[in-house]
Amino acid sequence: MDQQRARRRSRIGLAFIAPFGVLFTLTLIVPILYAAYLSLFQERLVGGNVFVGLANYGKLFQDPQFWDGVWRVVRFTLVQGPIMLVLAMALALALDSRRLHGARFLRASIFLPYAVPAIVSTLMWGFLLGVKYGLFGSLNEAAGTDLDPFTPGTTLISIGVMVTWAFTGFNMLIFYSALKAVPRELYEAAAIDGAGEFQVVRAIKLPALRGSLVVTVIFSIIGTFQMFNEPQILPSMVANSGVTTFYTPNLYAYHLAFTGSQQGYAAALALVMAALTIAVAYAVQVRGLRNASSQ
Amino acid sequence: MPPASSRRLSTVDNPRKSTVLTAMTALFTLYCLLPLGWLVINATKSQADFVSTFGLAPGREFALWDNIAGVFTYQDGIFSRWLLNTVLYVVVGATVSTFLAALGGYALAKHDFTGKRVFLLVVLGSISVPGIALAIPQFLLFAQLGLTNTPWAILIPSFVNPFGLYLMWVFAAEAVPTGLLEAARIDGAGEFRTFLQIALPLLAPAGVTVLLFSFVSIWNNYFLPLIMLKDPAWYPLTVGIQQWNKLGSTAGNGALIQNLVITSALLTIVPLIIAFLGLQRYWQSGLSLGAVKG
Repeated sequence: MDQQRARRRSRIGLAFIAPFGVLFTLTLIVPILYAAYLSLFQERLVGGNVFVGLANYGKLFQDPQFWDGVWRVVRFTLVQGPIMLVLAMALALALDSRRLHGARFLRASIFLPYAVPAIVSTLMWGFLLGVKYGLFGSLNEAAGTDLDPFTPGTTLISIGVMVTWAFTGFNMLIFYSALKAVPRELYEAAAIDGAGEFQVVRAIKLPALRGSLVVTVIFSIIGTFQMFNEPQILPSMVANSGVTTFYTPNLYAYHLAFTGSQQGYAAALALVMAALTIAVAYAVQVRGLRNASSQ
Repeated sequence: MPPASSRRLSTVDNPRKSTVLTAMTALFTLYCLLPLGWLVINATKSQADFVSTFGLAPGREFALWDNIAGVFTYQDGIFSRWLLNTVLYVVVGATVSTFLAALGGYALAKHDFTGKRVFLLVVLGSISVPGIALAIPQFLLFAQLGLTNTPWAILIPSFVNPFGLYLMWVFAAEAVPTGLLEAARIDGAGEFRTFLQIALPLLAPAGVTVLLFSFVSIWNNYFLPLIMLKDPAWYPLTVGIQQWNKLGSTAGNGALIQNLVITSALLTIVPLIIAFLGLQRYWQSGLSLGAVKG
């Protein structure tokens, strides 16, 4: 009787999860398997689509254009990530200190860019920073300088300015939420013990942020590794930005699949990047959790 | 400073405001608002003023209404079509994905079934798969199924929101009392009715959060529609605006319509900003759920 009921309940659980499960399979599992299958073929001028085993992967690992893009997003993550997260943390601490005038307005304004689509953000910053119509043009004219935020040497910095603009507020809110979860009695106890503001930050607030730091680092890595929109849109705005067709791995995959019609090779690239991202995110998580539990 | 510390004790929840700290935060806020201010100012300029006047100063004539009229009439008014497409993708996509996440999250929290642990592991693992890395495999599959260049190519992927399912699961475990469900069953209510009438209202706060996140991510989606759609009649706003932007930059014989590009960009973000500021509370709660439990 009980067993029968349990079986009935199990069927109901399955029925409830089924719609999500079916669509999840159709949009995630099957595409990945299909891409894995396609990655074993190459389009040849003679002979059409031929089975090549793991040749696409071998070619990818020796492809300097692929590694150029990977190296660029890794460098970007290492520089922009810490800058953005330190800023986000400082802003969260400032909000949580309850010492700001107009804190609600400031918080909403800093979070606002997160709602702006990358295409609009790239358009705004592209025009705004550009030398043709933007502020740097006016500055160069007024001061006689020759600064250009979109040359092969400076474009990546400008993209950093855009990405930091878009995501600092999002990360700030994650940190701020974690700070709000700290019981207020701790601060009262610290005040009774005569702890100053900075001691409270160091001894109570920063440790409370460790868990969300792991989350934000992972989000940043995932976000940067799949960078596409900004470098895809910029070349249609500025002539000599230095953005190549292989500027980031995803831009490269896009060009391979849609203009080079090397779908098998693009599929291999997409899978390798997904695996790389998951591996790095997982490593950060394991390390972060180990550090947190050893404290 | 003994007297100061005793004063601080009484105001630990409401300390004295700091002008220095406010000024430093305001500096960063300026960085956040500057491009948006630039966008608003330049949406009021005619094409001639845009090219010739300083970026952060108003133009010689106020051309906002002309620009808006221009946006809605350029290329036979295709902008309205893009706007309607975006609304279709957002309303259908966000509603269905939130409902499916609620149904699934509820089942995970309140029902046992075979394969639950494996299912959870796979779904949670998929959160760290970059969306763009998935888009190319999705395109290759959908092309095979004949779904590309139809609205389904945008809608079907938007129905699946693993992070939403996760939020709903965490929330349902705490917000839906099992005793209440038992009582409904004893009263003879069917399982689906129990879900609709008892669980769903309790899940509403997390539901609004998931809805909001889906709203923004679908409204802002660029890569997926870029690769899935060829026919401009199915474009969402993001892809449409970039098409106009490319027109304007095709040097020499391109159409100079930067005023329309800028105004259309402004029109694209206005609904988002309203949804954003109006529903701030829900962002906060969603992020804290994700951050604390994650």
